[in-house]
Amino acid sequence: MEKYAVYVPRLVPRRENFAPGHRACIGCGEALAVRLACKALGQNVIIVTATGCIEIISSQLPWTSWRVPWIHTLFENTAAVASGIEAGLKAMIRKGRRPAKDIKVVAMAGDGGTSDIGVQALSGALERGHNFLYLCFDNEAYMNTGIQRSSATPYGASTTTAPAGKESIGQTTWKKNMPAIAAAHDIPYVATACPSYPFDLVEKVARGAMVSGPAYIHIFSVCPTGWRCPPDLTIRIGRLAVETGIFPLYEVEDGKYKLSFDFPQLRPVQDYLRLQGRFRHLSPDIISEIQSRVTEEYEKLRQNVVRTGEPNEQSSF
Amino acid sequence: MARRVGIEVSVAIAEAAKLANVDVIAAYPITPQTHIVEHLARLVADGELDAQYIPVESEHSAMSACLGASAAGARAFTATAGQGLELMHEVLYVASSMQLPLVMTVANRALSAPLSVWGDHSDAMAVRDTGWIQIFTENGQEVVDNVLCAFRIAEDHRVLLPVMIHLDGFHLTHMIEPVLLPEQSEVDQFIPPYRYPLPLDPDKPVTMGAFAPPIIYPEAKKAQQVHITRAKEVVLECWREFGDIFGRYYSPVENYHSEEAKVLLLTMGSFSETARATIDKMREEGKDVGLISLRLWRPFPFEEIRQAVKNAEVLIVLDRALSFGGPAGPVCSEVRSALYNEEEKPKVISFVGGLGGRDISVAGFEEVINRGIEISQTGSEQEFEMFGVRE
Amino acid sequence: MRQLVKSESELTWKDLEIGSIVGEPGSASQYQTGAWRSQRPTYDFTKCIKCGICYIFCPEGCIGQNTEGYFEADLFYCKGCGICARECWTQVITMIEEEE
Repeated sequence: MEKYAVYVPRLVPRRENFAPGHRACIGCGEALAVRLACKALGQNVIIVTATGCIEIISSQLPWTSWRVPWIHTLFENTAAVASGIEAGLKAMIRKGRRPAKDIKVVAMAGDGGTSDIGVQALSGALERGHNFLYLCFDNEAYMNTGIQRSSATPYGASTTTAPAGKESIGQTTWKKNMPAIAAAHDIPYVATACPSYPFDLVEKVARGAMVSGPAYIHIFSVCPTGWRCPPDLTIRIGRLAVETGIFPLYEVEDGKYKLSFDFPQLRPVQDYLRLQGRFRHLSPDIISEIQSRVTEEYEKLRQNVVRTGEPNEQSSF
Repeated sequence: MARRVGIEVSVAIAEAAKLANVDVIAAYPITPQTHIVEHLARLVADGELDAQYIPVESEHSAMSACLGASAAGARAFTATAGQGLELMHEVLYVASSMQLPLVMTVANRALSAPLSVWGDHSDAMAVRDTGWIQIFTENGQEVVDNVLCAFRIAEDHRVLLPVMIHLDGFHLTHMIEPVLLPEQSEVDQFIPPYRYPLPLDPDKPVTMGAFAPPIIYPEAKKAQQVHITRAKEVVLECWREFGDIFGRYYSPVENYHSEEAKVLLLTMGSFSETARATIDKMREEGKDVGLISLRLWRPFPFEEIRQAVKNAEVLIVLDRALSFGGPAGPVCSEVRSALYNEEEKPKVISFVGGLGGRDISVAGFEEVINRGIEISQTGSEQEFEMFGVRE
Repeated sequence: MRQLVKSESELTWKDLEIGSIVGEPGSASQYQTGAWRSQRPTYDFTKCIKCGICYIFCPEGCIGQNTEGYFEADLFYCKGCGICARECWTQVITMIEEEE
């Protein structure tokens, strides 16, 4: 077996800065995403986290799962706290109170803490151009408090505050396009990522961390508990989200759109939806409604690539 | 050599922050604090103050950014008023429980609704329990001096708690007063550099803001309570040393003819200056009255209050905030509670006045005192009386 | 830095750091998440090509290389989610009930 010398672990650092022993649910896609992001980030970071799954499973007093400096304060102010830390470091280095070392400030928040309650602070921080990386871990609901809907919950999904019932299909609005909102702030780097494509995620986080200025990465986090799917299918479901075009992987670098993966033909959304209990109630009509919208959005994305990207650029792995 | 300048108090506050060499200012404008943050922005833009100025998008973010900066080891400062203080309410608790030494000046402003940009103490009273050290000031000099003291108190390793300096909105913020601005070298000696014991630093990773299940939360709160109680000693020590260096001494409770007087008036903030004039006038007429002005609000100065009213028969408390449906104005409630177990204590009469910027003149305070004496003799049906309201 | 020799129900307010800061990085690693599982991975290493993809996909980060270089889960932490078994290219891993 020695001829197989492709060691995945050689491609990423060994050290687990998000230490095992954390209390995430079994098969948690978000925990995996955080773990991989930490591999990209290394030691010279200060991580700011919002209240949510990641914060709760990793920081129960008197213990911590973090091996890098880490701060949690409240739910909606992650980007604001990150702004303060970034400014503080800048001032201290300039005034000679700290050695000039590259310390990246990284904000981590969930979909609720980003596109709902945290959108104001995020918008402010992006507009002010702070040098920080914002990672949104999107499990498409307020999972930590019990699967309540957020603006990132997809159309037709059943959550506890927008449940499917006789009078309702569950979520009646389309998922808020947070990466587009981030890109609208004209920041140097926006990307979407998914731990099912681990090296793409690691590369993007590393690239975002190297940006001088604000960077935003939206990370798809499969939640077996909230999405009602088997815990061993986390990676598969993440892959299907990308392959069906529901969660396309792309980057927007200085306004130029670039697809990370493209497919000659997208898989039908049904392949993705049928694996999850939160979509179990959907009728064929709703599913085809979802299919047309997904196709439409994907086409818009392709057009963005054409409109802003390099001419004659081929999408590739 | 200290400079004596005629200066708008808001501007003087900005100058004090400059003297304290703050590192980060994260502030959101709100009447009547705007001149503070505007002047700070100008100082930074002209290179007179080397700091990062973060023009945040709300007060909640202002306090959050200051928190972050302080946790990273930078000296952070901000200012707010009224609605702004309310908007950052939850963050205030976090700043004090995480024991981060921020300094904030609050231009006390009435709370909506109806909208009022004018001064009263309702914003301060709403944040009584937030765990901040809180000091009230009466004039421009006091504000400047206490802003400087605030940094020293907050960052002292025996304290490590945020400090709020209260000053009356408009009545102080927009007044041009004669102020002695200390020399930079004197301030540098008085305020040592900021060193947080466990800052966010990759060389020594710490976790801040872990959550606490019931098994450990009360212990965390006890630790915080012990710190704020011990802080009083540090406040007194700081004021002593400030007086020794700069010649102006402050104390938790200021007594004005209150040692002998049988009838005392208690005020907080700039009203104390007006009330002092009333005391002078009434004493000239032979009335046995005195004034206590409360400066240290948190931690509450129990001994000093008890000492101050030892010989009094009547204590009239003028609150500048209203606790709806509650037992008297907030300050009066606390004073009554502090005196409850005393063997000998004065009758404590509660007035609420000066809300929403309504002024109380020298004559007005005389009315308050006379009415207070009347109530002490005849009793009153009400827990407290609102003064100066048209019926 | 105070060492955590007391259990959490024994900690007094004096044992806490300022602001309840946790000074020991990664201290949660003493928590045995392996006690949660209802199934665990078993291995047929003759099929293992040492690609490490299971290591990459483990949400716990508890998969490491054993003395022969094969990738194996640390059962102290393994929660038995089965992702490794599902993703393994050569089907080295089979999940079995914990009770067996």
